[in-house]
Amino acid sequence: MTSGEPLLSSSSRASNLSSVVHPPPLTLNIGSFNCLCPNASFSSSVFDDAQHNFFDLNDEDFVSVRDSSFCKRSLERSASLVTTKEFHSADSQFFQQFLLECPVQERKRMVSWGGAMELHNSSATFEISGASTRVQEKLNKSQRSHRKSHQFEDNLLHEENARLIYISDPKRTNDKYEFTGNEIRTSKYTLITFLPKNLFIQFHRVAYLYFLAIAALNQLPPLAVFGRTVSLFPLLFVLCVTAVKDGYEDWRRHRSDRKENNREALVLHSGQFQLKKWKKIQAGEVVKICADEAIPCDMVLLGTSDPSGIAYIQTMNLDGESNLKTRYARQETTSAVLEGDSILGLIRCEQPNRNIYEFTANMEFKGQKISLSQSNIILRGCQLKNTEWVIGVVVYAGQETKAMLNSAESPSKRSRLEGYMNRETLWLSIFLLGMCLVVAIGMGLWLERHKDQLDTLAYYRKIYFTNGRDNGKTYKYYGIAMETFFSFLSSIIVFQIMIPISLYITMELVRLGQSYFMIGDKHMYDSSTDSRFQCRSLNINEDLGQIRYVFSDKTGTLTENKMEFQRASVYGKSYGSSVLMADPLQESNIAEATAAAVGGRKWKLKSEIAVDSELMSLLHRDLVGDERIAAHEFFLTLAACNTVIPILTHSPSSCCTESQRHEDVEAIDYQGESPDEQALVSAASAYGYTLFERTSGHIVIDVNGEKQRFDVLGLHEFDSVRKRMSVVIRYPDNAVKVLVKGADTSMFSILAKDIERDDHTRHATQAHLTEYSSQGLRTLVVAARDLTDAELEEWQCKYEDASTSLTDRSLKLRQTAALIECNLNLLGATGIEDKLQVGVPETIESLRQAGIKVWVLTGDKQETAISIGLSCKLLTADMQQIIINGNSEDECRNLLADAKAKYGVKSLNCRNQNLEWKKNDEIDYLEIPADKKPSNLPQWHAGKDEGMMSPSLALIIDGNSLVYILEKDLESELFNLATSCRVVLCCRVAPLQKAGIVDLIKCRTDDMTLAIGDGANDVSMIQMADVGVGICGQEGRQAVMASDFAMGQFRFLERLLLVHGHWNYQRVGYLVLYNFYRNAVFVLMLFWYILCTAFSATSALTDWSSVFYSVIYTSVPTIVVGILDKDLSHKTLIQYPKLYGAGYRHESYNMQLFWMTMIDTLWQSLVLFYIPLYTYKESSIDIWSMGSLWTIAVVVLVNIHLAMDIQRWVLITHIAVWGSIIITCACMVVLDSIPIFPNYWTIYHLAKSPTYWLTILLIIIVALLPRFLIKVIHQIFWPSDIQIAREADILRKRPDYLGLKPDRGSS
Amino acid sequence: MNTKGATTSSAGGTDGGSDSSSSAKRNSKKPKYSRFTQQELPACKPILTPGWVITTFIFVGIIFIPIGLASLFASERVVEIVYRYDEGCIPTNYSDQKLAYIQNSTTNKTCTRSLIVPKQMKRPVYVYYQLDNFYQNHRRYVKSRSDKQLRSNASEGDTSSCDPEGVAPDKHPIVPCGLIAWSLFNDTYGFLVNNEALEVSKRNIAWKSDQEHKFGSDVYPKNFQSGGLIGGAKLNDTIPLSEQADLIVWMRTAAFPTFRKLYGKIEMDLEANENVTVVIQNNYNTYSFGGKKKLVLSTTSWIGGKNDFLGVAYLTVGGLCLFLAISFILVYVVKPRPLGDPSFLSWNRNPSGL
Repeated sequence: MTSGEPLLSSSSRASNLSSVVHPPPLTLNIGSFNCLCPNASFSSSVFDDAQHNFFDLNDEDFVSVRDSSFCKRSLERSASLVTTKEFHSADSQFFQQFLLECPVQERKRMVSWGGAMELHNSSATFEISGASTRVQEKLNKSQRSHRKSHQFEDNLLHEENARLIYISDPKRTNDKYEFTGNEIRTSKYTLITFLPKNLFIQFHRVAYLYFLAIAALNQLPPLAVFGRTVSLFPLLFVLCVTAVKDGYEDWRRHRSDRKENNREALVLHSGQFQLKKWKKIQAGEVVKICADEAIPCDMVLLGTSDPSGIAYIQTMNLDGESNLKTRYARQETTSAVLEGDSILGLIRCEQPNRNIYEFTANMEFKGQKISLSQSNIILRGCQLKNTEWVIGVVVYAGQETKAMLNSAESPSKRSRLEGYMNRETLWLSIFLLGMCLVVAIGMGLWLERHKDQLDTLAYYRKIYFTNGRDNGKTYKYYGIAMETFFSFLSSIIVFQIMIPISLYITMELVRLGQSYFMIGDKHMYDSSTDSRFQCRSLNINEDLGQIRYVFSDKTGTLTENKMEFQRASVYGKSYGSSVLMADPLQESNIAEATAAAVGGRKWKLKSEIAVDSELMSLLHRDLVGDERIAAHEFFLTLAACNTVIPILTHSPSSCCTESQRHEDVEAIDYQGESPDEQALVSAASAYGYTLFERTSGHIVIDVNGEKQRFDVLGLHEFDSVRKRMSVVIRYPDNAVKVLVKGADTSMFSILAKDIERDDHTRHATQAHLTEYSSQGLRTLVVAARDLTDAELEEWQCKYEDASTSLTDRSLKLRQTAALIECNLNLLGATGIEDKLQVGVPETIESLRQAGIKVWVLTGDKQETAISIGLSCKLLTADMQQIIINGNSEDECRNLLADAKAKYGVKSLNCRNQNLEWKKNDEIDYLEIPADKKPSNLPQWHAGKDEGMMSPSLALIIDGNSLVYILEKDLESELFNLATSCRVVLCCRVAPLQKAGIVDLIKCRTDDMTLAIGDGANDVSMIQMADVGVGICGQEGRQAVMASDFAMGQFRFLERLLLVHGHWNYQRVGYLVLYNFYRNAVFVLMLFWYILCTAFSATSALTDWSSVFYSVIYTSVPTIVVGILDKDLSHKTLIQYPKLYGAGYRHESYNMQLFWMTMIDTLWQSLVLFYIPLYTYKESSIDIWSMGSLWTIAVVVLVNIHLAMDIQRWVLITHIAVWGSIIITCACMVVLDSIPIFPNYWTIYHLAKSPTYWLTILLIIIVALLPRFLIKVIHQIFWPSDIQIAREADILRKRPDYLGLKPDRGSS
Repeated sequence: MNTKGATTSSAGGTDGGSDSSSSAKRNSKKPKYSRFTQQELPACKPILTPGWVITTFIFVGIIFIPIGLASLFASERVVEIVYRYDEGCIPTNYSDQKLAYIQNSTTNKTCTRSLIVPKQMKRPVYVYYQLDNFYQNHRRYVKSRSDKQLRSNASEGDTSSCDPEGVAPDKHPIVPCGLIAWSLFNDTYGFLVNNEALEVSKRNIAWKSDQEHKFGSDVYPKNFQSGGLIGGAKLNDTIPLSEQADLIVWMRTAAFPTFRKLYGKIEMDLEANENVTVVIQNNYNTYSFGGKKKLVLSTTSWIGGKNDFLGVAYLTVGGLCLFLAISFILVYVVKPRPLGDPSFLSWNRNPSGL
């Protein structure tokens, strides 16, 4: 009754319209009808009659018959309803208007539940309208078309670029060749495009552009520092490696594409279904899919083997949900298909998009406009199940299918460490520029000083002196200014590896290796879902070691999301507590007893559910009394008000022999999208209300052995705004009821308020609800009410309108739902247990010990959230709970302020606070223990410094308050409060709020955040957090698709963070510093030498050695160490979670370490340069011998430097480190054996000289001495936690350790 | 990435069909156990125990000190006579116009000096010339050579890298081309002891490998020093490059701006206090850039020439290591830290928190 306006306006339009066509007297008649309609009092006697009469009509009759005979027949029928011919015409006239007013009676079937059964009852009116439309069609075709256009006017506004599909006419469909075929290409390249395209893509990286620029610079004649080919080598090497990798990956994609494209499907071709390759399928073609076949493209269902047009599909590959989903063919087309007619029509649908949960389209079929929705389309990648065959028309093919559009890779994140690394890279570039400037200025000054001598200087010679062509011309001399500039550029070329470009490639390889080990970790394999750990993002492995905040979803993440019906409150009385108390044995006894009591129960469920005997006995009384009726309706609602599909399977024979009583024992498996609903339906079944059959139009419920058929008039699906779901059903006795179930907050407000008795029930129920949720149960409130015919009519009218509209459908449906979801009678409430996953409390405890704050963000009720918090040890009894649930901004503000005042949280600027904490942390760490504990007893007790600011505060906040807080300026208040609490629990939060909370922490601190969740509602949170972890659980794959890492169980998080995160962080942190050092020491060495060569950018090393240095000589050990090194065993790391703190304290990589490394580098480079300089001072050493010495020395030095820091030597490490030195020597030997190089035979000469070896030895010892010394001193006086744990870790294994023995223990 | 996998797996799914095959496939998902994949390979995990630290320092000290002593000793035994003659060999009347003197081809460049042998010099006595401030390692200079041309007659025309001394005015290639060859050192030394000429042998002063493989025996100097400016020594056109030992030595460009190059060897012992007369042909122009020229007579040892640096450095480092070893021993005695003692863990150190 709320939205009568559009109807009124349209009715006026209608009367105008009709007045044009028909004489006034008739209009009057119509007008009365018009009045009736919006008032929902559609129950005029005429119509009642009509309804009943039409009931007799077979629906097949209706839809399959298309010729004029149908019209005649139906006309006759309608004529029989009325006595006079005049009324007949008026009748048809009326229907014409009726169509106008309730725009799409005929489109009713578009609604997901619009199916065959609808035709019988609810749409008696519709049939009439359909019939009369035909009549009208004959009478006034032009008017009809006008009406049609009017009817779809607003839709077309949005669909100006709609996609037109002509069924069975692919040529016409694709006459402009704008639609793709069904060939899919996940591969990026073809043979021809590979080279250009791959290069193009590769050069999108800045690193490669740097390489390219350097190589290009080197090609300029005045700058040719290296030989031309040599200078291209690094770039070519990197390009080739990447190209080979890309090529291989692409080849694999090609192979799988080919396999996919060459699969075959039955396609309608000149009236016959013929096998056709997938890739040849075109949009507009009609395809037949048989059971268990995969679906080749997105198709609109035209017909199925089921007369009602139902098809079941499995969407595992699309969204990971393993349950079956129902899809419907429109009744019109289904019957046409069953009749074997060829189907011609036009589908107008939206442009391809990647939303797999929506599809809006309409179909023009036999002059009708039928609207199509998501339930009419089957998508590529799904599989047909439990359905013999389906026929569909292809609407999106190939790349345009939703599956393909969704196959984008997860968004790439950059790791925090890499960000810091870039900052330091900037420093390195400053060094680089500084060095180049020194060289350039030196060159300028030198030229200035020697400018008179330049003509004669033997080693410079700026002028050709030969008599002839070139006489007197300058030779590669462009004036002092230019020479200075060129010298700047050429020194950039020489010092290019100062910027460790190869580091990016190294890191990629290292992370790949790390991922390999993470994936292969048997401790992170979940046997129950058979899922390994997955690394979906390869860029943020090391971030795992620095997590400070974990945001966790509750359902499915902390809990198993396997629901079990535990408690019921029916009519103010609570049941099920006995079951809760009973031990499992008893439980099963009870179950058996009740099963026996039910006796006639034929339906075997896959899982038995314990039932409450008291409730059971109540249900076995006669249907007398309020309580009994309420219980009846309660279970009826549980069985009916859902979208669960029962799947009947004949159980194996063994079961038959066992029970013997019934030969037709069948097992029912309930497939549903929500585990709660499955649990409820199973529970209803256990109590004797077995949902037996569900089609679009009716459900069959086996009530204590008696099959009852209920017609489903309409269904309002659950949405997050209403937080309830309702179904309108017609009982076998023709009573119409609306059954509603929903969250208590949304339900209590819409209950009937008048009756006193209800008041009592309500209070009792509310008390029960509180009790249930305090036990950690998920609660739902069940209510129902009878619908009067008037209400029903009004609702139906609006429902059809809403469910067929293409715009704002959900909003309109919501409004419609509000019509009937009111004044409900409370029936009771349910409590479903969501079991905690294995190991959750332990994991949370150790995460907390590790200094990680675990915040739980859940959609559940506050009580449920708190109880789950308690059961998973997130909350403890001694915690002070701050509960914030305000309903307005001011209230929230006050609550926050109160909490702060009460618990003494200072309103500091968060940044300062944060800094302070960090400082404290550092002081904690670097402080020399002034008062050492004399105790010999090693106690590894976990300290409680974490919560020292506020010993035990827990913040519980609900979504409502968050709305006010996050949108207003209270954010910082909340932040201050939240960060000083040990635990934060957010309940009743919407998905976007989850992301908002993550963002709150992310933008206010430097701490790393991790979000873990399993459902679609966690996607935004997962994407927002620095690290997103998806749980492959019951709720589909969406979270996994959005995540960076995916795993089977929450408890793996402990291992992921504490073990792998720690290792990865240590490894990558060291790797980056080492790479900086490795390149810088080499460049500095070159730099010192250049200062001795009149700033002329000479390199003593051969070109090839310079190039090989970072590519071959020293790259492998860093990669191996980055993958394999580990400081502590996983046992130690798990045992002492506090060790994780090294990660978020940035202990492995920070500015200080960077500068220390750089100072060390400077020292080492000086040693590298000056020791040979003094050793060979005033000797006859030549430049290549010197270069050779430096090459060997620097390679040995950096490798031994690495070796000094390696914590775990395995065979591969030995091979890599010592192998690198050997390879370097081998390369030197090879390079020195080629006579055309000036350095020919150098190494052979040098190897004979003891001075050479002594110099190298001296260089290495002197260079590494300070580093070693500092390391030792640091370990003696300021041992890090890791160091101590490492010592304990290793020494514990060798009890015979004496203290001075060389430590060569192996694990 | 994963959806792509999904599409392919859907392909596999229909192929497989039966439950058993898919379950078998699933079983394979479980990571196979191996010590490698679980990162549990047998490994050495060295830690810096006091024992290790002290052992290392003592070890280094013990190795280094003898080496240092040996080097010092060897260096001490080397007898070296260095005589700078670039200034002294300019006649006094030219002392203000050194350049004119050296560039004038008619002036008498002979310069006779006598040197006293401080100690006995065992043969072979090496004769070096030492140039200062001559940047043989300048990039323009180092690159200005053609190794191909030096190697074989066939690549005679390969002078592209030799500019500005690539081709003669008549466009014929210069052999050997390039600045290095062009600036060949051309001072000569003659030695007289007791008025008897000492033979200065040029045999084996160049690397054998260079003579055999780098400098072709069929390559003869051509058009050398025929340009407008003479850079240095001229070469005998009839001797192949492989026999031109001075050139070969010169072409091994020096690493530093101060360098020595072997001139020849005296295969005779020089007694202490013997008077050696040197007759120098002072031809090479270092005056234009203020370079020094020195004549060096030196014996050799296993360590090379006279250079105390290595010995001193080794002794210093060795001594320092021993000192460190002792200090660490003291530290461990005075203030030991039990290894792996959990009471040193940061969270155990200040249990009271702040």
